[in-house]
Amino acid sequence: MADLHLTEDRASATEVAAIDAAIAAVSLDPAVVHETERLVRSGTKRKNDRRHGLLPALHALQKESGWISPGGVNHIAEVLQVPPAEAFGVASFYELFRVDGAPDQEDDVVHVCVDAACQIAGADQVIADLEAAGKQVHRSPCLGQCERPVAQFIQGRRKPDWVEADAEDELWNLPQKHDPSLKLLKRVGRIDPTSLDSYVGVGGYAALSKAFALGADQVIEEVLASGLMGRGGAAFPTGIKWQGVAGESGQKHIVVNADESEPGTFKDRTIMENDPFALIEAMTIAGFATGATKGWIYIRGEYPLATKRLEGAIVAAREAGFLGEGIARSSIDFDIEVRRGAGAYICGEETALFNSLEGFRGEPRQKPPFPTTNGLFDQPTVINNPETLLNVLDIVQDGGATYASTGTGGSNGQKLFCLSGHVNRPGTYEVEFGPTLGDLLGLAGGATGELKAVLLGGAAGSFIGPDMLELPLTMEATREAGLSLGSGVIMAFNDSTDFPAVLTRLAEFFKNESCGQCVPCRVGAVRQHEMLVRTSANPSEADSQLLNEMDQVMKDASICGLGHTASTAVRSAIALGLIGGQS
Amino acid sequence: MSEQSTATISTVTVSINGSSVTVPEGASLKDACGVAGVEIPTLCWAANLTPANACRLCVVEVENSRTLVPSCSRQVEEGMVVQTDSERVHHSRRMVLEFLGSSVDLSQADDLARWSKAYGADPDRYGNSPARIEEEIKIQDNLYIRDYDKCVLCFKCVDACGDDAQHTFAIAVSGRGFGARISTEFDVSLPDSACVYCGNCVAVCPTNALQFKSEFDLREAAAWKPEEQTVTRTVCSYCGVGCNLEMHVQDNTIVKVTSPNDHSVTNGHLCIKGRFGWQYVQPVATE
Amino acid sequence: MFGAGGGTVSYEEIEEVDVILLWGSNAREAHPIFFHHLMTGLDNGATMFAVDPRRSSSSKFADVWLGLNLGSDVAMSNTVAREIINQGLTNREFIAHSTTGFEAYAKSVEPFTLEVGEQITGVPASAIAEMARAYATADKAQILWTLGITEHHNGVDNVLALCNLSLLTGHIGRWGSGLVPLRGQNNVQGGGDMGALPNKFPGFQDITDPEAHAKFSELYGVDLPDKNGLHLTLMFEAMERGEITSAYIIGENPADSEADIEFARATLRGLDTLVVQDIFMTRTAELADVVLPASVGWAESDGTVTSSERRVQRVRAAVTPPGEAWHDQDIIGELARRMGYDWGKPTSEELWDELRSLSPLHIGMSYERLEDGGLQWPCPDLDHPGTPFLHGWLWEDDLGGHPLAPFSVVEAAGPKEELSAEFPIRLTTGRALDSYNTGVQSGGFDSPIRYGDALDVNPADADRLGIADGELVKVSSPRGSVEMAIRIQPEIPVGLTFTTFHFPELVDINVLTSDAWDKKSGTAEFKAAAIRIDKISANAGEGESNG
Repeated sequence: MADLHLTEDRASATEVAAIDAAIAAVSLDPAVVHETERLVRSGTKRKNDRRHGLLPALHALQKESGWISPGGVNHIAEVLQVPPAEAFGVASFYELFRVDGAPDQEDDVVHVCVDAACQIAGADQVIADLEAAGKQVHRSPCLGQCERPVAQFIQGRRKPDWVEADAEDELWNLPQKHDPSLKLLKRVGRIDPTSLDSYVGVGGYAALSKAFALGADQVIEEVLASGLMGRGGAAFPTGIKWQGVAGESGQKHIVVNADESEPGTFKDRTIMENDPFALIEAMTIAGFATGATKGWIYIRGEYPLATKRLEGAIVAAREAGFLGEGIARSSIDFDIEVRRGAGAYICGEETALFNSLEGFRGEPRQKPPFPTTNGLFDQPTVINNPETLLNVLDIVQDGGATYASTGTGGSNGQKLFCLSGHVNRPGTYEVEFGPTLGDLLGLAGGATGELKAVLLGGAAGSFIGPDMLELPLTMEATREAGLSLGSGVIMAFNDSTDFPAVLTRLAEFFKNESCGQCVPCRVGAVRQHEMLVRTSANPSEADSQLLNEMDQVMKDASICGLGHTASTAVRSAIALGLIGGQS
Repeated sequence: MSEQSTATISTVTVSINGSSVTVPEGASLKDACGVAGVEIPTLCWAANLTPANACRLCVVEVENSRTLVPSCSRQVEEGMVVQTDSERVHHSRRMVLEFLGSSVDLSQADDLARWSKAYGADPDRYGNSPARIEEEIKIQDNLYIRDYDKCVLCFKCVDACGDDAQHTFAIAVSGRGFGARISTEFDVSLPDSACVYCGNCVAVCPTNALQFKSEFDLREAAAWKPEEQTVTRTVCSYCGVGCNLEMHVQDNTIVKVTSPNDHSVTNGHLCIKGRFGWQYVQPVATE
Repeated sequence: MFGAGGGTVSYEEIEEVDVILLWGSNAREAHPIFFHHLMTGLDNGATMFAVDPRRSSSSKFADVWLGLNLGSDVAMSNTVAREIINQGLTNREFIAHSTTGFEAYAKSVEPFTLEVGEQITGVPASAIAEMARAYATADKAQILWTLGITEHHNGVDNVLALCNLSLLTGHIGRWGSGLVPLRGQNNVQGGGDMGALPNKFPGFQDITDPEAHAKFSELYGVDLPDKNGLHLTLMFEAMERGEITSAYIIGENPADSEADIEFARATLRGLDTLVVQDIFMTRTAELADVVLPASVGWAESDGTVTSSERRVQRVRAAVTPPGEAWHDQDIIGELARRMGYDWGKPTSEELWDELRSLSPLHIGMSYERLEDGGLQWPCPDLDHPGTPFLHGWLWEDDLGGHPLAPFSVVEAAGPKEELSAEFPIRLTTGRALDSYNTGVQSGGFDSPIRYGDALDVNPADADRLGIADGELVKVSSPRGSVEMAIRIQPEIPVGLTFTTFHFPELVDINVLTSDAWDKKSGTAEFKAAAIRIDKISANAGEGESNG
């Protein structure tokens, strides 16, 4: 569609090649096809159908040129018929895309995390050292490597992105490796994540066979019976989502929300890097159960190894007949595409994720309508977190009732926790629901130094004091305490912590990550950060009162969870006396 | 006389501030409030655009809803119990108005000024130098100017330029958070962009961030007198589509042209000829 | 045709349509706000085929653009018709019930196989077949056209050929389906409605109809002419022959707008008396013996205009006219008074009410009822809501008393002016978004997107001719030459050139356009002339490119 108007800027030959290859890689042809000199196909439908090629095309352009060049944007606009102003608007939304001019260096860009776990581990010094060494450094929000601070992610120029720390661990160094009680993580370190045979060798794809045997309806019954709740933070019953989508008709989707961006969270990376086939099998079961034939994994752009493992696993599964048409010799069709995010915390919000994947700015949508009816491409969609889906394998194998008998009744099954900060053995830990905060810290070898506070649930969560060590980390107990498990973040802070600095950065995180769509969050997050800066994170009584008022409007009137939780941590820190009250 | 008109329209009954209101299925809570005679303040909603759902000024309290609900984009459901006047609603609206007042030049946003007063907004309580939108005014042609100091990011101009009307997509939101701005690609000038000067963005702007040059020049000369203006509805002199124009006239001089939102032909939108092509009527420049 | 001339559907219906054939129309630029409705239709899932020699800005919104050879429209529609018939996709029930002449028509299109169609139109047969199937099998479908259909020597045949398609498929007379001639000027529809046609009284009543003749003659107390008058092209021919020696021209600029402009200007100069009533000192007014300054119809006077969807709407005076300018109706009234007919100084509403007493289409349209959004004719009484779509009678059991709708056998004839070795390139003309007709109105504002008077040429043609983007060249047709700049446009087909007609003061483009005209409508073939392009000076050109 559309009578696009382009500026005179033209893409270089290498930009054209890179962009065209990226668009072809997601199976798209150009939106305008000149069949003959007198016959051209284009139009609204062709344009709309290709819009989701925008994000891959922008990634390709960034990699080729080190920035989103005007000529490159024009070429993308021509091929996909995306208006250049919109393509620019989308590109400028993301951390990993540079839009403000060509880089003056040909080098790779080193993204260094400055969020809490890395901040207290000396991120500023690392950045200073890198800059002194002449590197192109980008101060990044949480990179999802909190267990190995200071996290770095390297955005390669004309070569793949990588994370230095990944290279060393071919098979990941899991603290609980070989612990027989593990269920979700039982294959980690035991299988070769690049080998389908290895996965099948430990019982992989048995759950899919079982699902076929049970039938789609029964699979949903088992998931309902299991009481499985989403592990991404909102704790919504998974079976209800599946049931809702199963009842819809037309094209349906299974979307995995692997945009793991909540500061302090890295558990899904653990899964995807080490057990990618399990996620693919669980998605396939979800597709079978709900009648969805299309699966999407939206993975954050800073997870190169997980992306590589997933893409490899998908190819292997497809070659073995586990994906594609007539999977595993059934009449069921299901296939999966991986799409990389480009650095935006907000895209972990499910509707923002849909917009992002579809090639729009990652701005959340108003709910209702909900994804089960109006999800990806406005079609019925199951969207689950990787950890949530992994539980489905055991639920199908052992039955929902068996699953429901584990845990605490209010919180069934297994749970992954991300321990970081001032603990002796940071990492991803799996427990059956029940243990207390103290138990989890114990698993990680306890706090280093004198424990002053724990950030529970991530940046969107709350600070709690050492007096809460007996708190059982279940949905019901945390809810009762006015807290949230969130994505399972347990970040410990000892007495060496500069809490004013941590909280000021935390407020800055929300200021930077607000999408800007709604007024309460767009301005509220700025005003909160300003207040912490202005008062050196020592707000007066009146300041606190104003902060409460800002919190109230952000909670009440923001569109999405980012605004709703933007001041939770700051207020909890004030309540705990970590900041403020020192005048 | 659409086909649908023969089908019976189902209705939904909701309670607005305690009184019962019946509206057609698919109506918004804002529509229902209108039927109940309750004014809902809003910035980003317009009759001729899809609700952008961004300003959050129109929020209301719906029983059993954890958060407040944007009345512009939330459809009525049978039995909804709605409060538009509660403490929570007041608080949110006041804070939104304060946030905007503390960050944007609202000097030409008459509705906002009225509401700010009504809700008791105090935009001065955010420290000595709260961050503000500070952009240089863009004057790139003789048809309209862009003064983004006044932009509240309501998305209306983007939607009017985009798929709600013009389908030109010359502008979009760029950047993120407080740094988000309305922009052409790489902020190229309007004449270099896809802009076709329909002025539909100007017509929907609630704060005068987008302004017809004719109005801007008069304001600069302190000669803009809306109270002395007449508005006369007529039909455009160009093609045969029959777009209705509202001629805003001051001192027997046309000063700007709009179109009624409720007109079935234009829905408030015009093209460059209708919007700006009137100057031949008064070829002597207005000084 | 089967009734009064006007768009058969309302704009809003296109928002619900399934298939759109946009044929010889660049509505994106020429009818931008109508195009909003069309784009809503596309957003709602409609499929659009654009049939146009040019890949215009409108064509870019189409699912399929069929770039037919200029002037091969009848061949295209006949091929579409044959394919629909051949594939058994006609609406047999509708044809049997509501139409006549199908057999002869079917026979006339029989030679237009897909292969023949491809050969004549230059468009691949598969695409023609695809369009035929899509149109015939759609639930709701519309054909839209503008001057690309009518400004040909066989413009009426072009229109009839499209009407045939609607009869073949029953895409007429129902909500959402119909035929849409988009009017290029704000009251060209109203002019027709009001009888500004050589063969009609107001309300499309025939001058030759004794009953109508008696009605009008009685009201005016004069025995009105009972023979059809001359349309514009015939008037010019009559002027040339000396049969017309005086002309009174109101709000028209034929000295710039006529095809073969040198002929038109010479003819106007040769008149004994030329009176021009206008708001501008146009090139026509400059030739006049008497100029009567008028007020601006839509901004300085009260009255009505009629749009392409037959919507009658009020215009109102927003400002007062300058100097000695009078309202048109007062000028005419004063002329009448001096000729001995003093009808006083009626208000525009009184004049309108007189029209309502004479035209059955307009009876129900009181000023009061027209106040807000206007009404669509026919509106036969004060309670009538107006008529969104025409020809609903085609679907009534008794056809509402109408005669059967006739198919028309139309001959496929290319442009009158054939290409030759001397003039091997096609020239076609059209509109640009920010400009209008001869530019006297749109020239009044400072448009940042106006590119002026360039001639669009395909890069291959430019290469062949050795001309560069922006180069000034000499463009000649059998009638004359002009100098103009080249704009190289990859999207114009090889062998075709395009320019607008908005800038006669810069480039007298109608020096070139063809004087061939349609015997049925009087419309000239602005859309197809044969031209050649010459470098102005080989040396000068090279010098430029070296510098």
